[in-house]
Amino acid sequence: MTAKVVTVTSGKGGVGKTTSVANLGVALALRGQKVVCIDGDIGLRNLDVILGLENRIVYDLVDVVEGRCRVRQAMIRDKRLPELHLIPAAQTRDKTAVSPSDMVRLCDELRPEVDWVLIDSPAGIERGFKNAIAAADRVIVMTNPEVSAVRDADRVVGLLEADEKGPAALVINRLDPAMVRRGDMLSVEDVLDLLAIELIGIVPEDDGVIVASNRGQPLALDAKSKAGQAFQNIARRLMGEEVPFMDLDTPGLWQRLMGRK
Amino acid sequence: MDENPAAIQIKGIRDSLLVTLGSGTWPDLQSALVVSIDERPAFFRGARLALNVAGQVLHVAELSALRDVLSERGISLWAVLSESPVTEQTAQNLGLATRLSKPGRTEASPRALSRAVREAADEAPENAALWVQQTVRSGQKIVYAGNVVIVGEVNPGAEILAGGSVVVWGRLRGVVHAGAQGDEQAVVCALELSPTQLRIAGEIAVSPERKGKPRPEIARLKDGRLVAEPWQS
Repeated sequence: MTAKVVTVTSGKGGVGKTTSVANLGVALALRGQKVVCIDGDIGLRNLDVILGLENRIVYDLVDVVEGRCRVRQAMIRDKRLPELHLIPAAQTRDKTAVSPSDMVRLCDELRPEVDWVLIDSPAGIERGFKNAIAAADRVIVMTNPEVSAVRDADRVVGLLEADEKGPAALVINRLDPAMVRRGDMLSVEDVLDLLAIELIGIVPEDDGVIVASNRGQPLALDAKSKAGQAFQNIARRLMGEEVPFMDLDTPGLWQRLMGRK
Repeated sequence: MDENPAAIQIKGIRDSLLVTLGSGTWPDLQSALVVSIDERPAFFRGARLALNVAGQVLHVAELSALRDVLSERGISLWAVLSESPVTEQTAQNLGLATRLSKPGRTEASPRALSRAVREAADEAPENAALWVQQTVRSGQKIVYAGNVVIVGEVNPGAEILAGGSVVVWGRLRGVVHAGAQGDEQAVVCALELSPTQLRIAGEIAVSPERKGKPRPEIARLKDGRLVAEPWQS
């Protein structure tokens, strides 16, 4: 096995990075892929909560980096999905506890062991962001269809280009088709027009996400959820499948989108 | 930078002086140069001089005459920069350099871009243009003492600062400042001119709300006011 290291980042906070990492981890594991999610948000960890694994943390990322435990000891295995693992962030330290080269070393150690390493980047473009992208083979830039989030995404795409991190892939999260129809929300096209990078996912707004996060039951586990479905599709696209974008019942727009390819 | 087009611009670059001539006929420029040297003989004596003659077409007689005039004043001419191939050839025939060597700048990665631009700003000849073939994204800043040509978009949150004019072959939605050192002749053109803020020399304007299909436009200073007009030749 040679894992692909995928980092999810956004610049702006609150656009859904952590939720996406949790759901992509679940979706990939459901397909029999061995996945390790790493929470890069040292000091403000959340991924463990969203995955419902908080009460099982013994060692964390900083323990691994500082040599207090082996990588395997810090990998929490999900009981629902035996292929899904989490390396949680330390809550009592800050971003400077880990360096970009630590992340590269850790990922190199994980590469032969698993299929996917998913790294949840903290918001911002400082140390935590640099740690999170250091080892990435592929970077997913997450945004919401609002001007400030897109502006920050653009900044991040520029930084990734400057860092020669290869072309970033875009996920637009929390799209509300009705608002787009009314002209109250940026459309997928508006966002793509500015960022001009490859789109690999559109996740519709879904109240279920909050409930799922609070319960520690990622939506991708729920076959009926539209948002969960969208994450499943992103996982399949990451695995190289061609998956058409879901019909979010705005016919004109979606047909035009398909036509773009 | 001076607003007088015939003015001579002098900059220190490392161990020599870079003199940039304005526009005009060669005899005028040469005598203007000699006059400005004779005003400050002590400053120039012993100097190594690189001369940027822009588009002037010079032949051996003219250039060697200038070299003699300069050497009488204790100045050694070592390089002539020109856009004219004839002049370049002349300079080479006289054993003069035709470009300023740029030691230590071998990296060409985008990471080096902004730094390189800043270095270039120290050396940019007045008529030179910086060619940028990429989208300038939020948080990125292009600074250049001459003109700037961008083939790509300038996204909101990006900044372009040029001593001269700015041409964008794409949408201009960031902040742009042309004639940043006071050149009121500077212009800004773009296929879609909708900058967050547009400045030329000391004037500032914001784009009005616009409807309909965007057209290429050119913005310039007219009687002290910023105006945008359709861009056509």
